[in-house]
Amino acid sequence: MSNAEIADDRKFRSLWGDVWVQFRSHKGAMLGMIVFGLILFGVTLGPYIWTTDPQYLDIRAKNTSTILNCFLTGEQIFQCFSDPTSIKYYDPNAEELVRVKLSWAYPLGTDQLGRDQLAQLLQGGRVSMAVGMAAMLLSLVLGTVAGVIAGYFRRLDGPLMRLTDLFLALPLLPLLLVIIMLFRDTLRGMFGPETGIFLLIVFVIGITSWMQTARIVRGDVLALKEREFILAAHSIGTPAKRVISRHILPNILSPIMVSATLGIAAAIITESALSFLGLGFPSDFPTWGRLLFDGTTYISQSPSRVIWPGLAISLTVLSVNFIGDGLRDALDPRIRGR
Amino acid sequence: MKLKHLIAGMLGAAMLSTTAMAQEERGRDGNVNVIYWQAASILNPYLSGGTKDIDASSMVIEPLARYDENGNMVPVLAAEIPTAGNGGVSEDLTSITWKLKEGVTWSDGTAFTAADVVFTAEYCMNPDGGCQQLSKFGDVESVEAVDDLTVKITFSVPKPFPYGPFVGSTTPVIQAAQFAECTGEAAPTCTEQNFGPIGTGPFVVTEFRANDAISLEANSNFREAGKPAFATLTFKGGGDAASAARSVLETGEFDYAWNLQIAPEILADMEAKGIGTVVSGFGPLVERLMVNQTDPDPALGDGRSTVANPHPFLSDLNVRKALSLAIDRPLLVEIGYGKAGNVTCNVLPSPAIYNSPNNAGCEVQDIAGANALLDEAGWVRGADGVREKDGVRLSILYQTSTNAVRQDFQALIKQWWAEIGVETELKNIDAAVFFGGDQSSPDTFQKFFADIEMYANTFDGTDPEAYMGNWACSEIPSPDNAWLGGNMPRFCDPAYDALLAEMAGTADINERARLAIAMNDMLMQNYIMIPLVHRGNVSARANTLEGVKLNVWDSQLWNVADWSRAN
Repeated sequence: MSNAEIADDRKFRSLWGDVWVQFRSHKGAMLGMIVFGLILFGVTLGPYIWTTDPQYLDIRAKNTSTILNCFLTGEQIFQCFSDPTSIKYYDPNAEELVRVKLSWAYPLGTDQLGRDQLAQLLQGGRVSMAVGMAAMLLSLVLGTVAGVIAGYFRRLDGPLMRLTDLFLALPLLPLLLVIIMLFRDTLRGMFGPETGIFLLIVFVIGITSWMQTARIVRGDVLALKEREFILAAHSIGTPAKRVISRHILPNILSPIMVSATLGIAAAIITESALSFLGLGFPSDFPTWGRLLFDGTTYISQSPSRVIWPGLAISLTVLSVNFIGDGLRDALDPRIRGR
Repeated sequence: MKLKHLIAGMLGAAMLSTTAMAQEERGRDGNVNVIYWQAASILNPYLSGGTKDIDASSMVIEPLARYDENGNMVPVLAAEIPTAGNGGVSEDLTSITWKLKEGVTWSDGTAFTAADVVFTAEYCMNPDGGCQQLSKFGDVESVEAVDDLTVKITFSVPKPFPYGPFVGSTTPVIQAAQFAECTGEAAPTCTEQNFGPIGTGPFVVTEFRANDAISLEANSNFREAGKPAFATLTFKGGGDAASAARSVLETGEFDYAWNLQIAPEILADMEAKGIGTVVSGFGPLVERLMVNQTDPDPALGDGRSTVANPHPFLSDLNVRKALSLAIDRPLLVEIGYGKAGNVTCNVLPSPAIYNSPNNAGCEVQDIAGANALLDEAGWVRGADGVREKDGVRLSILYQTSTNAVRQDFQALIKQWWAEIGVETELKNIDAAVFFGGDQSSPDTFQKFFADIEMYANTFDGTDPEAYMGNWACSEIPSPDNAWLGGNMPRFCDPAYDALLAEMAGTADINERARLAIAMNDMLMQNYIMIPLVHRGNVSARANTLEGVKLNVWDSQLWNVADWSRAN
């Protein structure tokens, strides 16, 4: 028997193949990926399927409730789902029959100006997801580069970490105010109001949220640097670039993944805070954060206005966290295979 | 027989007086809680322009006269209102003589005299003092004490309306003895005085925590017997309008909440709980669009939004008129203000004699009419539905402060303008920045680096002369005057300035009304400003709190001495 025949019996296994096998066994991660996929599908293709204009004001239909309220109508439930406009219910406060505003044209209801909540949710998700992902990527790259360099090259450690401290000590909001005030008009002129603000917000969130990643990465690199396999790599003359890319980066992938998942959540929330202060997108441009903020005033009248965007943000963040968790387990060779 | 009558009479009188005493005793109703969601930071209105500070201080220090809830002047520390009729105002309109009430004392027991009034005027007119109410003392030449109870104010020019100084809560009288060391540059450094002024008003400060809460107690030397009904008053600041409304209408923690600009449906829901009542009053506050007559293009650099560069399309009257026609004002009122708003076609809707009858008709939205007007004027729809002429697109940047109601208005108006082929980009700016007047910020309402901006404007007191003066040529903000001035639309018409000059020399109230209406009409018919909503001031009171009369002409706490607890 030749060696070739023996090899034929075995299945070829790559690193990423192993990772995938391990990842699939993590139920939470798989669930997270499905949910995340659904949300991603919804916000990218959703607006082509549900074509109502999210910015159109149908003022006659303002404050329509979500169609799910039909479940509360008791015996009328079937009539409600078939002809929602005919439903009346007894209001104990007003002591009379009140017509509930329900309509299949607005399955998730409308806001106080008659904008379709479903369309806004889908359109808002696009922006929020794009901002979240892009800002996360930017801060991840910045944080990892700074962390690895600081941890690996002793001479650069001091200056880079002091820079990190400097950024951490900067009061975030005044800094954002200044940056946006200085560059908003220029970018608006170059890319138009929406793209210009998008770039600005991604940039602003990216450069103000990389510090935690840098700290964590540096700590891990410092610990790794003294390990035997790195020493071995050094002793056979591996250049620093290769040591970093070949030995260090794969081993610090898990903390990077975790901070990436947290970063998406933080970016979505920072974007909404900026919009709320009037520094973000124009006020009629829906994002999840803005929908949530706008809805809070009406929380006692129509809770669904905060539930849907809140749920969307939570589900996204949660699913990304689970994916990160699964990836970390899958990437860790000590856990893999157990 | 006689004796019997006498005894019975005495007994009766004694009983009457004891019952009267029981009802009229000072401090009988315990504590009252007032919430202003903007906290007071100082109790000296001469060092602060903020309504919250002026209102808070109005409980402690008082002016000579103030406005009541109907906008009429009522004497406070003065014995009567001086007029030309009773000889208080000189015939040439250059001086006014105030007679003070006898027997008024400060809360520390010392006598209130004309010297205090003279001192207050000197305090504010001190060029180093940074007095915020200096405009009230405009053209004042001298303030002198004729005797202990008479003050004569002389003006350098004839003043048809001489009730600027010491009328209304913005210019109360402060105690000369207390503030003697606090004039000029020392004014802001006198923390103790500024945080706890000695006053003649119904309450005395016991504790002042800046930007948080003020504790006050009844002034035992207050001139009116039996007032105030409350022994103590807590003036709490902080939070936002919605939580302030909730604390009065839903939880009952507070008895009075100020300035509740929140969506009417939410307010109505809260009121339905039955703990408190929403009160509203209409002053001259009008939410309006300012139409920029100059070009805000960033490419112009320093010439941006200055009169050197006329606006490319808003200088066309037809465009401005079409923008106004496309607006459905009754709907705006319904969405944004409910009971606290009225449709108006004037920027000067109140007091009633100044309200012009000549601009009715703006209540009706007329999209078709607006479209026809633009078609006629040669503005043709392009491929994307936006009108253009000679390469100029009707594309508007529309800015306002960050506020839920204002953003709703923006969204609605954007849609209506889209229907007449006008493209709109919305921008909202944090109120602190927008109204902040910071020279270095490009986002202030004075710089107006946008095509349209929206906010509400009003004036103190009841005389509109200073308010109408906002739109004189000389009031145009520009880099040369550090962007100060009230003429945001950069409107300039010699005919308007002539009317203004005529008003400054006219004392007759009806003639003044005619002139004010003419000026209002000129602004309205040229669509320099597009009025949207005549806004009321909305506050809330607990149902157990009696005596609240919402005053839009003066401090909302103007009659706090008359407040009492219902049994």
